[in-house]
Amino acid sequence: MATAIAEPTGRAVIEEAHPQSFLRKYLFSTDHKVIAAQFLFYTLFFLMIGGLLAVLMRQQIAWPTEPLTLGGILPETMVAKATDGAYMLPEFYNALVTMHGSVMVFLAIMPMLVGVWANFLIPLQLGAHDMAFPRLNMLSFWTMVPAGILTLASFFVVGGAAGAGWTLYAPLSARPDLTGVEMGQILWLIALVFVGLSSILGSVNYITTVINMRAPGMTWFRMPLTVWALFITAILGLLAMPVLSAAGIMLIFDQTIGTSFFIPSNAAGDALSGQPLLWQHLFWFFGHPEVYILILPAMGFTSEILAVGSRKPVFGYKAMVWALISIAFLGFIVWGHHMFQSGMNPALGLAFTVSTLFIAVPSAIKTFNWMGTMWRGNLQLHSAMLFAVGFVAMFAIGGLSGVFMASTPVDIYIHDTYFIVAHIHYVLFGGSLFALFGAIYFWFPKMFGRMMNETLGKIHFWLTLVLFNVVFFPMHGVGMAGMMRRIYDWTGYQHLEGIGATNQIITIAAVGLFASGFLFAFNFFWSIWKGEKAPDNPWGASTLEWSVPSPPKHGNWSEIPVVYHGPHEYSHPDVTDKDWLGQNERPDVVTPAAGSH
Amino acid sequence: MDWSLPPNFSTHGDVIDQLFWIILGLTGLAFVLVEGGIIWFLVRYRGTPSRRAHYTHGSNRLEVVWTVIPAVIIVVLGGYSAMVWDDIKNENKFPEDALEFTVIGKQFEWNVVYPGVDEVLGTSDDFEVRNQFHFPAGENVIVNLRSEDVIHSFFIPELRVKQDAVPGMDNIRIWFDSREPGQFEIACAELCGLGHYRMEASVTAHARADFDAWQASQVAENGGE
Repeated sequence: MATAIAEPTGRAVIEEAHPQSFLRKYLFSTDHKVIAAQFLFYTLFFLMIGGLLAVLMRQQIAWPTEPLTLGGILPETMVAKATDGAYMLPEFYNALVTMHGSVMVFLAIMPMLVGVWANFLIPLQLGAHDMAFPRLNMLSFWTMVPAGILTLASFFVVGGAAGAGWTLYAPLSARPDLTGVEMGQILWLIALVFVGLSSILGSVNYITTVINMRAPGMTWFRMPLTVWALFITAILGLLAMPVLSAAGIMLIFDQTIGTSFFIPSNAAGDALSGQPLLWQHLFWFFGHPEVYILILPAMGFTSEILAVGSRKPVFGYKAMVWALISIAFLGFIVWGHHMFQSGMNPALGLAFTVSTLFIAVPSAIKTFNWMGTMWRGNLQLHSAMLFAVGFVAMFAIGGLSGVFMASTPVDIYIHDTYFIVAHIHYVLFGGSLFALFGAIYFWFPKMFGRMMNETLGKIHFWLTLVLFNVVFFPMHGVGMAGMMRRIYDWTGYQHLEGIGATNQIITIAAVGLFASGFLFAFNFFWSIWKGEKAPDNPWGASTLEWSVPSPPKHGNWSEIPVVYHGPHEYSHPDVTDKDWLGQNERPDVVTPAAGSH
Repeated sequence: MDWSLPPNFSTHGDVIDQLFWIILGLTGLAFVLVEGGIIWFLVRYRGTPSRRAHYTHGSNRLEVVWTVIPAVIIVVLGGYSAMVWDDIKNENKFPEDALEFTVIGKQFEWNVVYPGVDEVLGTSDDFEVRNQFHFPAGENVIVNLRSEDVIHSFFIPELRVKQDAVPGMDNIRIWFDSREPGQFEIACAELCGLGHYRMEASVTAHARADFDAWQASQVAENGGE
């Protein structure tokens, strides 16, 4: 499709003519930029909750036989109070394990990657007035609100919060008589169905907007890589989330109305027809695409920030697009690699090993192209760029450690150990969250019209980089020593005698990492009110969102821009007055069709 | 601080450990290449107002290079992994002379069913011992793995063996050995409830004579049940 269809003009003008009430403007807004900001506040809050749960958990792991610091303030459902202090209960530890993972994946990282940035960037980077379905968009935020409330509430119901792991393996998750958790598990599953609904509504909207609402001249291969990544992520979400929602509802039925989809026998010992492995197949058929939902947008942000920060076009733009597409495709045929030791027919292991290892190829392509983007650049090391470079450095470690698990024989040993915990955090924290911090530093000026403080940003980066590695790199070692995931107390095992000091160092660094988040939070909120006023284009960037005022007004454009160039045109030899070329300026300058070289 | 694999006692462990170190070598090399490259670029191309970045959209030749090299490594690694995996897991390749046990996981203990002196399961001299797994070192062992309630995972670190026990699935079998006598533990590697952390059983690989003596003492205790 050579020319894109622009949205019928005029709506922005109409909306400006009718001033809106406070409620319509800030709370029940249909403006994609306001919804993005709502998602940002929401997800930052849950990022803090998820971090808090992690810090509590880490304290138990470092000092498993000692009372908790400040444990006395927790209720008796979470701690056992003795004369020398309050000791964490194993069932509360299981709830922490479960809810840390669930909150981070479903209420913090995923909506921060997609809910925030797909909303904010897709219309602005494509030259559209708003999303295709603004009301659907508002609904996709407001369905997240009950999910958050139910999740928080589940900590305080009888039996406590869900404790079967974020992967919810049945029958542990399906039979309250085996865990003592009933209401907490059900509340969390209902929250999950709301998350799924929100994600599906969002995905439909993003896909429609990208296909139909690109500005004139914004061909597919002139789209910024961020939009490409978010578009492919939306397709993944649309195909994967319904599977999780359906499986979640089946699990609720197993718990509440006596079905046995996943339960092979009941409390009385009667044989039923349920299959525990069916849950795993459904969960990971969703769960592995989900892993890529959690990394593809981060790859998009990184590509974009690296190009701007290096003052160069993205190296191998088309290869980057094809790598995104092949990662997304492969993402649907690798779910079995979570199940090598599950009792699944071992012959299936071969197929899943091959498909899994092949994901290393597009991942390598992306990593080398990011390095190619930096090569012979003129690197501007602002906070956003530092986090983008940090993403490449940390994602590389997470990608490489994945090779160990993809090799089935090695997986026999490291499966369900801390090696996996290290791997997932290098991808989700070192990867996704680093890129998200980069994205926030980068687009904050556009979103709020003010700059974040660079000095605090750099301190935040270095603290995060160092502490992150002190927390998660040693987990590879602890995993090699054989420490199992999700254990409340490891002191009873002879093979784990040597890991105490390492676990204590990890925990101390984890507390520091959590605290460094507050430095970021201070910078964020202080800058919203007191930050220096942002110019329209503080970074000298070429994509469309930087050609409108910071922040853009409702409707974004008085007149839809016309696009003449690829998305990342920096240091073009024919442009001499500056080192960037906006996508919508200088039709006289010849730029190569993106990706041809 | 103990950041290494525990000592290995099993035949499978040799190849698993060998693969582990091969992958560590390969990924270690890639790690140095990528991280070293990033640090070098950060220093070498640090921005100055006087310089202008090199204008390029990429290189098809380089794209081919860094597609093909990882792909070749992956195919070789995947092929070798698949062969090793098949040797360990394919039931058609299980040794015929193996001594067979049944291990049943339930919250939060491991019950071991022994075949007795006739070395055949399902006969009248079978006996069951809670949280103690004894077997002869230097011989092949097959375990039929069962679960009564939730999913557990049978993990003996020193023997490099791990396999989930799934309720409702009665066809899960694994084989392994311990070449030397030794004292180990079965740990549960899959979250199975509030006592998950303490679901451990002692494992003893005996010299054959010691195993026979232990078995005789058990039979005597159980009074020929």
